Amino acid sequence: MKPASFSYHAPTSVDEAVALLAEFGPQDGRVLAGGQSLVPTMAFRMARPPHLIDINGIAELAALTVSAGVITIGACVRHAAFDSDILPGRTGDLLRKVVQNIAHYPIRTRGTFCGSVANADPASEWCCVTAALDGIVVLRSQRGVRRVPAAEFYQGVMATAVEEDELVVAAELPMLADDTRTGFVEFSRRKGDFAIAMALVTYRLENGAMIEPSVAIGGAESHPRRLREAEDVLRGQKPGGAVFAAAAEAAAAAIDPMADFNNTAAYRRGLVRTLTQRALESAE
Amino acid sequence: MSGRTSDPREITLSINGTVHKVAVEPRRTLVDVIRDDCGQTGTHIGCEHGVCGACTVLVDDEPLRSCLMFAVQADGRSIRTVEGLQTGDALHPMQEAFMRYHALQCGFCTPGFLMLAVAALEKRPDLNREELVDILSSNLCRCTGYENIVKAVCAAAADMKANLDASP
Ligand SMILES: Cc1cc2nc3c(=O)[nH]c(=O)nc-3n(C[C@H](O)[C@H](O)[C@H](O)COP(=O)(O)OP(=O)(O)OC[C@H]3O[C@@H](n4cnc5c(N)ncnc54)[C@H](O)[C@@H]3O)c2cc1C
Ligand code: FES
Ligand code: FES
Repeated sequence: MKPASFSYHAPTSVDEAVALLAEFGPQDGRVLAGGQSLVPTMAFRMARPPHLIDINGIAELAALTVSAGVITIGACVRHAAFDSDILPGRTGDLLRKVVQNIAHYPIRTRGTFCGSVANADPASEWCCVTAALDGIVVLRSQRGVRRVPAAEFYQGVMATAVEEDELVVAAELPMLADDTRTGFVEFSRRKGDFAIAMALVTYRLENGAMIEPSVAIGGAESHPRRLREAEDVLRGQKPGGAVFAAAAEAAAAAIDPMADFNNTAAYRRGLVRTLTQRALESAE
Repeated sequence: MSGRTSDPREITLSINGTVHKVAVEPRRTLVDVIRDDCGQTGTHIGCEHGVCGACTVLVDDEPLRSCLMFAVQADGRSIRTVEGLQTGDALHPMQEAFMRYHALQCGFCTPGFLMLAVAALEKRPDLNREELVDILSSNLCRCTGYENIVKAVCAAAADMKANLDASP
């Protein structure tokens, strides 16, 4: 249970970090952010990166800013930052609600939002949030900057658009309009465990009818995504039990659920139906 | 060969106010260095992959899993462990409460629970029972069934708050 030997690099600027990544990325060098996913895999020796590039000392990555309707989350912003009143508006409320479900307090003090995004665990809450809100992942390398929409960023189980020489420098989320209703529900066996499935919904009302609906599912498939089939059921309808049930049914029908040792695909499909309905009912 | 980036490097850890200068390989976790190189064996190692919380220490007053941080990352930082909880011969109110409520049996998980609970209450003295239970779910105990840990932490919360209110 001891990590294998590695060379340790502690850059203090993004320029320095991407120079190191250009050199060591192709040799399986890895970025070390919060270490809350990477270090366990190194302890098990499932990962034996010969080089670690520790980004914790890069001050320019520590910023969490709001401007022009966009929340920009720097790569060193920890989960715990969202468990406070610093972020305004409906997006702030949503992130505060969601963060309670991520691991435990002493893990949230270290783990980062962007580390979760880069790690792309199918059951990562932040991956589900970026998918639901059509977030953008900002990547830097010596070759330049790329801004990748969440819908293209997540590509499979722990597979993303990040190239080996690229650093996730930030994730961007839109500030939701003040009248946006949001609902988030997940199911896990024990508090703090990775969820078996989760649902995140948002919509607004115009003349009593739902507009701009977003229904995103995480944990059930190889990566989280929005389900247009469920959104189409909601759009233009008045919120209520019957339409919520129909949208939940559409979500369950649209997914291709993963199966694992404890959970069959059929169980996950049922869970998605229930969680989508609950997320819609609890949206406020 | 010298100067390789995987070679031991000199770091300075302040543990409960005592400065330790040690040379460690980057691959060594903070908990291993606290125990093996600095001789502070109060902090325990359970799972070594972030699940049990036995290794919880405070780094710059933030609680974290010291098995998931490399010691080189803590260079120059201020670390608090269970050895630093008491003042002179007087136990910390959290330690007193653990004794009073029989909140430990084998004691293996205890240092982690003490540091977790103290950190949480130093930051937010008003945490209620429900919030404390949520925070305590971070760590595992194989003996007590948790009930007495919850009781002890709630009692200590009141004691710590009373001390806080009494101090000018
Ligand atoms: C007991 C336990 C329970 C947990 N439960 C949950 C949970 O319920 N939900 C959840 O979402 N997570 C959970 N986690 C994981 C936790 O949220 C991690 O913090 C997160 O998955 C990774 O973020 P990190 O900053 O710790 O990244 P690290 O562990 O440092 O890195 C993870 C991976 O991403 C890469 N990476 C990190 N940052 C960047 C970057 N900026 N650019 C490029 N690549 C990068 C690394 O190279 C590595 O491959 C849990 C962890 C533990 C130990
Ligand atoms: S030993 Fe660190 S969490 Fe178990
Ligand atoms: S007292 Fe034995 S593990 Fe908690």
